[in-house]
Amino acid sequence: MNDVPISHILFVSTALFFIGMYGLFTRRNMITMLMAIELILNSVNINFVVFNKYLYPEKLDGIFFTIFIITIAAAEAAVAIAIIINLYRSHRSIDVEKASEMKW
Amino acid sequence: MESVSWYLGSFKMSASAIIFYIISAFILGAGMLAMMTRKIFRSAIWLLFSLIGVAALYFWLQVEFIAAVQIIVYVGGIVVLIIFSIFLTQQSGNEMPKQPLKRTIASVLSVLFGFGLTFLQIWKYDFQPSTKNFDWSVSKIGSQMLGTKAGGYALPFEVVSMLLLAAMIGCIVIAMKTPGPSTNGKAKNRDLETIREGSETEITINEITGT
Repeated sequence: MNDVPISHILFVSTALFFIGMYGLFTRRNMITMLMAIELILNSVNINFVVFNKYLYPEKLDGIFFTIFIITIAAAEAAVAIAIIINLYRSHRSIDVEKASEMKW
Repeated sequence: MESVSWYLGSFKMSASAIIFYIISAFILGAGMLAMMTRKIFRSAIWLLFSLIGVAALYFWLQVEFIAAVQIIVYVGGIVVLIIFSIFLTQQSGNEMPKQPLKRTIASVLSVLFGFGLTFLQIWKYDFQPSTKNFDWSVSKIGSQMLGTKAGGYALPFEVVSMLLLAAMIGCIVIAMKTPGPSTNGKAKNRDLETIREGSETEITINEITGT
């Protein structure tokens, strides 16, 4: 356990974060953008758990933040998918470029 | 030759390190494939594997509670929801359109620069790992989660429960079909839209039959 330095775990989470950023930049489909956001939130969760475990093991705050982030990610995904399905009903497309007006 | 074998030796130092590198390669590979494949259903499945890899990383870190929550909420909930919405909104066999080369290059460059910057920051910083034992247990988490004294998380807990309720009601309201003619404005617009669409299809039908 201790022969992997903290920085290596942080490199993994950083790489995951930037993979998610890449997806968010290049994708124009709303569902895939949502997936990119999930990847980003996951990388943040890894960071919280690792900092809590290695640097402040006498506290539990990182674990709490992780739990709250997972909860909010679930709520956010549900609302986002409801919006996407509603948008699909009115526009027949979930491409962000095509949803240019905010009328409906 | 010497240095290579030394590197190999240090990599083979313990089984736990090897397992960590395998897990992280799995996470990053699956995440990269999820963001690069052009079939949206495959993308969702690769995301599923990446999230399972993150759960495995939590198991490796010996925070089994978070790993279990990760599997239940992400793998069992969010990915299933995403796959549902894919089936509701698109033909899963279709490939997504290719992005312009300029955008791809710009995003690759910005991502690489961002990664490099963060990498340097982490690399330079001297982390001082604590030697204490990390002691979490579900009962400890529970009593602190509902604690009202210093360090207790009772207020965020209540706020999150309200947020979940609001999200649930919001989802129902957003996804509900608006009842037909009784609502003004909106329904009129939608009718106009359908009429316009109908006339367009009629025109195309006429064209087709005309030729």
